[in-house]
Amino acid sequence: MKTTSRIYTALVFIFLFAPIAILLVFSFNESKSLSVFGGFSIKWYRELLHDEATLESVRNTLLLAVSAMVISTVMGTAAAVGIQKLRSKWLRTALSTATDIPMTNPDIITGISLMLMFVFVGRLFGLANSLSFWTMLIAHVTFCLPYVILQVLPRLRQMDPSLPEAAQDLGCPPLRAFFKVVLPEIRPGIVTGAIMAFTLSLDDFVISYFTSGAGFQTLPVRIYNMTKKTVTPKMYALATIIFFVILALLLISNLTDQNKKKPNQ
Amino acid sequence: MCQEGRSPVFLQSERFGGTLMKKIVELKNISKSFDGETVLDNINLDIYDNEFLTLLGPSGCGKTTTLRIIGGFEHPDQGDVIFMGERINDMPPHKRNVNTVFQKYAMFPHLNVFENIAFPLRERRVPKKTIEEKVHEMLSMVMLNGFDHRRVTSLSGGQQQRVAIARALIGQPKVLLLDEPLGALDLKLRKDMQQELKKIQKATGITFIFVTHDQEEALTMSDTIVVMSQGRIQQIGTPQDIYNEPKNAFVADFIGESNILDGTMLKDLMVRFSGTTFQCVDKGFAPQEPVDVVVRPEDVDIVAQEKGMLRGVVTSVTFMGVHYEVIVDIGGFKWMIQTTDYVGEGEYIGLYIEPDAIHIMKKSEYSGLYGDYSSFSNELDELSDPGEESEDYE
Ligand SMILES: Nc1ncnc2c1ncn2[C@@H]1O[C@H](COP(=O)(O)OP(=O)(O)O)[C@@H](O)[C@H]1O
Ligand SMILES: [Mg+2]
Repeated sequence: MKTTSRIYTALVFIFLFAPIAILLVFSFNESKSLSVFGGFSIKWYRELLHDEATLESVRNTLLLAVSAMVISTVMGTAAAVGIQKLRSKWLRTALSTATDIPMTNPDIITGISLMLMFVFVGRLFGLANSLSFWTMLIAHVTFCLPYVILQVLPRLRQMDPSLPEAAQDLGCPPLRAFFKVVLPEIRPGIVTGAIMAFTLSLDDFVISYFTSGAGFQTLPVRIYNMTKKTVTPKMYALATIIFFVILALLLISNLTDQNKKKPNQ
Repeated sequence: MCQEGRSPVFLQSERFGGTLMKKIVELKNISKSFDGETVLDNINLDIYDNEFLTLLGPSGCGKTTTLRIIGGFEHPDQGDVIFMGERINDMPPHKRNVNTVFQKYAMFPHLNVFENIAFPLRERRVPKKTIEEKVHEMLSMVMLNGFDHRRVTSLSGGQQQRVAIARALIGQPKVLLLDEPLGALDLKLRKDMQQELKKIQKATGITFIFVTHDQEEALTMSDTIVVMSQGRIQQIGTPQDIYNEPKNAFVADFIGESNILDGTMLKDLMVRFSGTTFQCVDKGFAPQEPVDVVVRPEDVDIVAQEKGMLRGVVTSVTFMGVHYEVIVDIGGFKWMIQTTDYVGEGEYIGLYIEPDAIHIMKKSEYSGLYGDYSSFSNELDELSDPGEESEDYE
């Protein structure tokens, strides 16, 4: 029994990490070949550093992810507060269902429909090429928003609704009352929502592919475009770096999470 | 007989140091409805400085809504809210010199006890030193010395209650609103807190507007009780007034136990009910006017059958500790009588009622709603006690 489960675990880990291990190894391959390891080298990493277009796309991706995160977090929180404040239960359910739809919608549908809309509206205003950073930003905010709402809404529901009233009662104007007593209560939801928005935006390829213009490419789109030509080990190097950056972020967030939990319990 | 407004005793207590006491809050013709349903129907109420006033009524009668209108969290559809002579209908809650102790305490979970209590002073940018002094003063008033750095989430219900009171009082409001603050506490703690709240009110001189559905609580704590039902004020008066001179069958039934009978006022000081004519102390009714008659169970004396003004058979006897609760069938109407003398079930007895034990009320929409004690049982009564924990979870 014990050995079976050990073998099983080992197999799972092999399947999970073997591709990454191979990627790692070949990113340090001297030769371009995928079958022969021609000796250790960091030349692909060096080459990557001089690939201005790729670096540009990294910057674009980060810029887009941060902007989308900030905007969708603020808008999503405001929307959640608005939904929660609705008196009619029916309207409340209807609205939160409506915000769930984009999440279940396949990316490709969202991507195509957004592209259509941007091009259509662009034509209305007589623009030849309406796709840009701004259209991508709108697209990313659109698909991040429901996730933020989904994280914040339950926090608002759990909160004692008399908290903001108590703050007002004790002399806070309504907006201040929100920042002083509601925000601390729903902060964990907002933070989780923001992290989700950031990762979703970083990660997204399909919707970005449809809504990116010639002038503004994100990293996933850039990588896809590179694979259409020739696959160079430079991309393995890039993928390896991304993997380790994400791993580091994951470790940091897990560690800080544990630190936070201790004093409460 | 029914008196308009407050008793002479109370009018005297409105005088303080020779001057008439100030009205702090006035509600004038307040009406409010939610989704087309009338929740408050033309409420008129004057609340005086230094007063402990209780809004009493069954769950859903509009007590919380009244409180929220005074606090500024609801707006009346009609009527005016006057605060120290000024109309404040449109003044937002944070500008009103009124603080609230919320039903579920509404502690700020991310702040410790000290910061919760200091909250109103921090809002006003009071100097740090003063804040510290005042918070400690408050903590000792509610007997929570040394609790400064405790998390509010680690406190018991009773302790949170005290923090809520300290937080609401530290800003020295003119009026404190308390919405069933003791509802969630167990009986013993509740009795203690009743005394303590009363003491705090006396010590601070702040007007308390207290909401409860518990008539006993209202009777023991209040200077003035406002009995409400279905969004309307049924009676305003001192606890003694409300108990001894209920204005209608609703008030008589809601406050304490009462035998409520159909009667006819023959002339001044003479009433007929249960087939017998009685002397009474009420006058001013039309001759032959149909009325509701209230006789409190403790005001009836059990005597030998031949000496009784009414005669009947004992159908049940319950020992209550201090007294017995005796149900007597008199011509088909079951009376409740509280007596310290034992009588046996099935005994034939007589009842003797003094003229001042009989209270006459005008007929109202509540007449005839409250039957006799034929289905009476203590357990049932407790089970059907309104509210307790079944309230306000919108
Ligand atoms: N915000 C609201 N929306 C709709 N109905 C409400 C609202 N607040 C109170 N009500 C209704 O008004 C009535 C009186 O409520 P409330 O003032 O809370 O009574 P009480 O405090 O005496 O139990 C109840 O029937 C309640 O359902
Ligand atoms: Mg209530």
